[in-house]
Amino acid sequence: MKTNREIEHFVAPVEETPLLATDSLKTDQAPLSLWADAWRKLRRRPLFIISAVMIALIILVALFPGLFTQVEPNNNCQLANSDGAPAGGHPLGFTFQGCDVYARIIHGTQASLMVGVFSVLFVAIIGVTLGAIAGFYGGWIDAVIARLGDIFFALPLVLGALVVSQLPFMRDNRGVWTVVMILVALGWPQMARITRGAVMEVRNADFVTAARSLGVSRIGSLVRHVLPNALAPIIVLATMELGVFIVAEATLSFIGIGLPGSIMSWGNDIAAARSSVRTNPAILLYPAIALSVTVLSFIMLGDALRDALDPKSRQR
Amino acid sequence: MTTDVRISEAGLADKPLLEIRDLAISFKTGSGEVQAVRNAHLTIMPGETVAIVGESGSGKSTTALAAIGLLPGNGRVSGGQILLDGEDISHASEKRMIELRGNTIGMVPQDPMSNLNPVWKIGYQVKETLRANGRPSGPADVAEVLSQAGLPDAERRAKQYPHEFSGGMRQRALIAIGLSCQPRLLIADEPTSALDVTVQRQILDHLETMTSELGTSVLLITHDLGLAAERADKVVVMYRGNVVEAGPSLELLQNPQHPYTQRLVASAPSLASRRIQVAKELGVESDELLAPGGPVVVEPTMTEDVLQIQNLRKVFKLRSGFGKSTDFTAVDDVSFNVKRGTTTAIVGESGSGKSTVAQMVLNLQKPTSGKIVFDGVDTSTLNNKEIFAFRRRVQPIFQDPYGSLDPMYNIFRTIEEPLRTHKVGDKASREKKVRELLDQVALPQSTMQRYPNELSGGQRQRVAIARALALDPEVIICDEAVSALDVLVQAQVLNLLADLQSRLGLTYLFITHDLAVVRQIADHVCVMEKGKLVETGSTDDVFDAPQRDYTKALLHAIPGARLMLPPEVA
Repeated sequence: MKTNREIEHFVAPVEETPLLATDSLKTDQAPLSLWADAWRKLRRRPLFIISAVMIALIILVALFPGLFTQVEPNNNCQLANSDGAPAGGHPLGFTFQGCDVYARIIHGTQASLMVGVFSVLFVAIIGVTLGAIAGFYGGWIDAVIARLGDIFFALPLVLGALVVSQLPFMRDNRGVWTVVMILVALGWPQMARITRGAVMEVRNADFVTAARSLGVSRIGSLVRHVLPNALAPIIVLATMELGVFIVAEATLSFIGIGLPGSIMSWGNDIAAARSSVRTNPAILLYPAIALSVTVLSFIMLGDALRDALDPKSRQR
Repeated sequence: MTTDVRISEAGLADKPLLEIRDLAISFKTGSGEVQAVRNAHLTIMPGETVAIVGESGSGKSTTALAAIGLLPGNGRVSGGQILLDGEDISHASEKRMIELRGNTIGMVPQDPMSNLNPVWKIGYQVKETLRANGRPSGPADVAEVLSQAGLPDAERRAKQYPHEFSGGMRQRALIAIGLSCQPRLLIADEPTSALDVTVQRQILDHLETMTSELGTSVLLITHDLGLAAERADKVVVMYRGNVVEAGPSLELLQNPQHPYTQRLVASAPSLASRRIQVAKELGVESDELLAPGGPVVVEPTMTEDVLQIQNLRKVFKLRSGFGKSTDFTAVDDVSFNVKRGTTTAIVGESGSGKSTVAQMVLNLQKPTSGKIVFDGVDTSTLNNKEIFAFRRRVQPIFQDPYGSLDPMYNIFRTIEEPLRTHKVGDKASREKKVRELLDQVALPQSTMQRYPNELSGGQRQRVAIARALALDPEVIICDEAVSALDVLVQAQVLNLLADLQSRLGLTYLFITHDLAVVRQIADHVCVMEKGKLVETGSTDDVFDAPQRDYTKALLHAIPGARLMLPPEVA
C-alpha cells in the first residue's frame, strides 16, 4: 500500500561507515598441503601431545616388556601367593594362581594391542573399500555388498566366532592372527555401512561433478574428493572399535576360542579375574585400567586427527 | 528521525507502530562479542510498508528477529530501544513476547521448503497458530484463513501435507499462518527469494492486497533493491550492521546519497538495463577489478558456430509402483546454435530443463535423442580418450560456490587439479600458471594457501572461474553461476566474465533464471518453458519485443523493471 505520507530521507554520515572493499582478504601465509597443515595444527594441540605420548609408551611396553619388569609372569607362579597383597617387587599383588599382576599386564600388552590395532586396520581396509564402492557406484554392486554385509552383521559375535573357529585351519593355529581374522570377518560390515553412508552423502556434491567435468576419472574422484570428505565418521568409528575389539578378544578367550592360555593378554586376565571379583577386585581392576587407558589414548588421537583434518576448524 | 505526531490525510493521529531507536545487537562467539547491528533506527507507521535492503550479513534479518524477540541464543540486544506502540519490547519478558507474537506481530519466514513441519498437515499447522492466540480454530476457520491467502479449494488442501504443495503454495500457506491472527505488523523475511519470478509476483501482489485490506504494516526484508522499491513506501538500506540510508523508495533509488547505496543501485541487475560490454565501449567505468596490464583484445570471429544443439531430447524414467515407470520429458526438441566468442543465455524457471541441457552439453548426461555438435564433431560419438580431450575445451562454472569447491582442497590444489589431471607441464610451471590465473580473476596470490571455507562467496566463485580457465577452454558453461551471490559481488563477477571474454575470446553458455542478469551479459537468449524452447533471438529483440506470452510474463515479473530511473544509472 503506497501512502502519500511524507517520509524523511535519511543518509548516514559517510565517515561513520567506511566502505571496505566487498572482498577483502587476510593475506598471511599458511602451509601448502592438507597433511602438512594438519601436522602443524596437531603439534600444538595438548590433546594430541598427550595421546601421542601415551600411545608411544604403550607401543614401547608392547615391544620391549623386559624394560618394564624383570619378573617372570607365567612360569614362576606360586600358589602360596594366591590373591596376595602387593609386596616388594610385586607392586600390584598376585592373581588367584599366584602370578604377579603387574608383570602379567606388561607382558599382556603385546597381544592385546596387536589384536586391537590389526583388527581395526584390516576392518578399515576391507570395510572402507567395500563401503566406498557400494556407496559410490550404487545399483546392483551396492545391493550385493549390502546384502553380503547384512549376512555377517546378523551373526552374533560369539556364535559366529564359534562357527569360524571350528574350521580346521583356525583350530590348529589358534593365536593372535586367528583372533584378528575372526574379528575382521565379523566386524567389517559396520565399517562398510558407515563408509557407504558418508560416501553417498558426498558423492553428489557439486565439487565431485566439477572434478568429473575437469576430466578426473570416476575412481579418481572417489579417491581424491569423496573419501577425504567422508573421513570424519570413519576415524571416529575406527578409534571406538579399537577398544571394542580388545574387549571382544577377552570374550572369545573367555569361552575358550580366543587366545590360548599360553599367550598373556588383558582379555585373558580380565576373564580369569572373574572368580575373585568379590574377594580381590583389584585383580580385575588393573588389567581393566590398562585397557581403558589404551582405548582412551586412541580415541583422543582420533579426535585430534579428525579436528586437524577438518578445514572448517581452521582458525587464526 | 521524526517521532512527532503528524496528521495523515485520513485525518487520524498517527503514531509509529514500530520504532527502532539506536538498536545495537551483539553475538557471543568463540572469539568474544561481535557487534552485528549498530545504531539501527527505523520507523513503521500503521499501514505502511517498509523494506530493509542489504546483502547477506548486513544485519537486516537480525534486526527483524530482534523486533519479534527471536534472536538466536547467543545474540542479545546490547543497546537502544524497540518501541511497539510506545512500549519498549527490546528486553520484554518471554511471556509478554508470546502474547505479542502472532496477535500483534506476525512473521513470514524465508524458506518455504523448510519452514513447514513435514509431519503435520497444513490445516493442523494453521490451527496451531489460531489456537495459540486464542482464536476460533474449527475446520471452517482454518479453511477461511487458507482461502484468504489465495489457496484454492482450501478445505481439501488443509488435509494435505507440505510435500504435496508446490513452493508457491507453501509460501501462501506460510503467509496464511503469518496473517491468520490479523497482526498489526507483519515481518516478511525474504518471502519470495526461493521462488520463480512469476510466482514471486503473484505472491507479492497477493500479500499487498491482503495487508492493505487489513491495514497491516509490513516490514519487508529483501536483498533485491528493485523489489523493495516497487513494493515499499520506504526503503532502509543496511550495510555491515549500520543503517546507511533511509528514505522514500523512489527518491532513494533516483537520488542515492550514500556511496554504498549508489553502488547498490548501480549494480542491481534488475535496474541496470545495458549490456556490460556495451557500457564499457561507451566509456562507462564499469569495474575497478581489471588486472594490471593493458587488456589484450582478441577479435571474436562472430561467424562460426562452435556449438550446435539439434533436436535435443532427454527423457527420464520415473518409477511409479511395481516395475512400472512413466516417462518424463525434461528436454523436448531443443535446437539452437552458439557462435564463437559470444554469450548465449538459456532462461527458464525451475523445472524448465535448462540445467539438463547444460549437463548434456558438458557430456555428463547422455541425450535420449538429438545431437550436440561441438566444433563440427558430434559429442555422443566420442570415445573415452576423446571425451578427456573434449573436457579440456569445454569447462563448467557451477551455481553454488559453497558446493563446487572441495572443502578439503586448498585453493592452489583446487586450481592445479585440472592441470595435473591433464598432465600439463611440471610442478613449477603449474604453480606459475596458478599464479597467473589468480591474477586474471583478481585474487591475491596469497589466496593459494587458503581453504574454500575461509573465502567469501564472491572469492570462491572467482576460484571456480580460475579453475575453469586453467586449461584454456574455448567454451564455458555457467550454470546459474551468479545466482547465489549478493548484488555487488554478482556485478563484480559478471564484469570479470565479460572482461575475460573480450580478452580471451571465450564463448559462454549462460544458464540462469534471472532475466535481469541475461540483459547484462548475453548476446542471444533462449527462453525455455517445461522442456521446450519457446523463444530465441538476440537479447535486445527478446527484451524489447517479446513474441510469446510466457516471455512477456517473465519480463513483466522482473521486480523494479518499470521503475523510473535517472539516466546516469540506467
